[in-house]
Amino acid sequence: MNTIAIVDYGMGNFHSVARALQAAAPNADIQICRKAQDIDRASRVVFPGQGAMRDCMRTLEVSGLREAVLRAARNKPLLGVCVGEQMLFTVSEEGDVPCLDIFPGVVKRFAGPQFASNDTPSQERELLKVPHMGWNQVEQQRPHPLWAGIPDKTHFYFVHSYYAAPADESLTVGVSHYGLRFTCAVAAANIFAVQFHPEKSASPGLRLYRNFVDWNP
Amino acid sequence: MTAVDTALNDNALTRRIIPCLDVTAGRVVKGVNFVDLVDAGDPVEIAQRYNEQGADELTFLDITATSDERDVILPIIESVAKQVFIPLTVGGGVRQVGDIQRLLNAGADKVSINSAAVSNPSLVREAADYHGSQCIVVAMDARRVSAEGEAPKWEIFTHGGRKATGIDALEWARKMARYGAGELLLTSMDRDGTKAGFDLELTRAVADAVPIPVIASGGVGNLQHLADGVTLGRASAVLAASIFHYGEYTVQQAKEFMAAQGIKVRLTA
Repeated sequence: MNTIAIVDYGMGNFHSVARALQAAAPNADIQICRKAQDIDRASRVVFPGQGAMRDCMRTLEVSGLREAVLRAARNKPLLGVCVGEQMLFTVSEEGDVPCLDIFPGVVKRFAGPQFASNDTPSQERELLKVPHMGWNQVEQQRPHPLWAGIPDKTHFYFVHSYYAAPADESLTVGVSHYGLRFTCAVAAANIFAVQFHPEKSASPGLRLYRNFVDWNP
Repeated sequence: MTAVDTALNDNALTRRIIPCLDVTAGRVVKGVNFVDLVDAGDPVEIAQRYNEQGADELTFLDITATSDERDVILPIIESVAKQVFIPLTVGGGVRQVGDIQRLLNAGADKVSINSAAVSNPSLVREAADYHGSQCIVVAMDARRVSAEGEAPKWEIFTHGGRKATGIDALEWARKMARYGAGELLLTSMDRDGTKAGFDLELTRAVADAVPIPVIASGGVGNLQHLADGVTLGRASAVLAASIFHYGEYTVQQAKEFMAAQGIKVRLTA
């Protein structure tokens, strides 16, 4: 049985992830999991996240699911979504919070002149809003089973103010542009993780979930 | 080109088109200024149709008058969220943190707060701290209060535009951004229902005043109005109801029209 555990540590968008997985893979056994043993038993794991990094890391710790996520990351297909992607990295600049450190790298805020506060607007230039909210193109950096059937430069739905910058560029499988070029999808061995929200990205998002359900790394 | 210009060219974020569905008693309705409501159909069917046309998000506005019937919208949102996988915003009658939780549980991705933000601004701060800014939209209804020839000035109104608050719209927008709103839904009460186009001066003033995205609303009568909201009003997103409900235009036509004017939009096959 293909059981998919959605890690529910008390933060985030696990209901909408569950609904999208259900629509993408009607025959899969999708479980919203609050217990480590349920995550250990599942054949694959989705790790969502939403909201402030400090709250996400703290509630993951308090829920007792941190070790189960780390165990899953060692040998099962694991899909990180949004803050669930960011949490896989070493540390977040959002409150200098240490993260799971599965991937080396820092989670950074969108910053720079193009993101400067626009209290004194210039007539010529348009300053970029934060959060980065809306549909943006994802440029696939290399083929991957989770990109199957999804054309390069497909739009996905984003909403975030921070993004993960991998220390090792070879982790990057997708990039987007918002004032700067940033990594929005990473992959290594049995792990795939995205900054955008496949569960809110219409049919390409459902295809990505379908690909994850079928993935045998 | 300056570094900033280069960076802006390197920005592929699309402008969003958001059909708005007014909902009461389980049906989508459309009227002018909350009167003469006409049945426009089943919420799930309409949501699916807009999704197929390439709508970037959907906004549901619960225009139910009595608080007893408020929870009627929850099963609607649940049904839509099971079948339509784009962001859903729900507003109307949100009074307290518990209302927000219920709507999010039902499947809303964002909740829009209007009058309650005015009567209790700390609600916005609490909600953003607890649920994250990404799901808190502050809806602001503004009306021009400056006379012809004076420097433009807009005031915040509540209760569907009937109740003046004395609050300056630009100050309010800045305050709500500081309080943690992730986005502002800006409606011109002067233009709402007129089909005369957005109040572009208002849209631009608010969009330039805050670091968060602004959705322009109120007055769309044709596709050029949508494009103007983005190019002249600098809105991140444009919201419209009647031009889509009555089949005057599809969302896809709106996007093709905007794309032809050089606006980045998400075109679906």
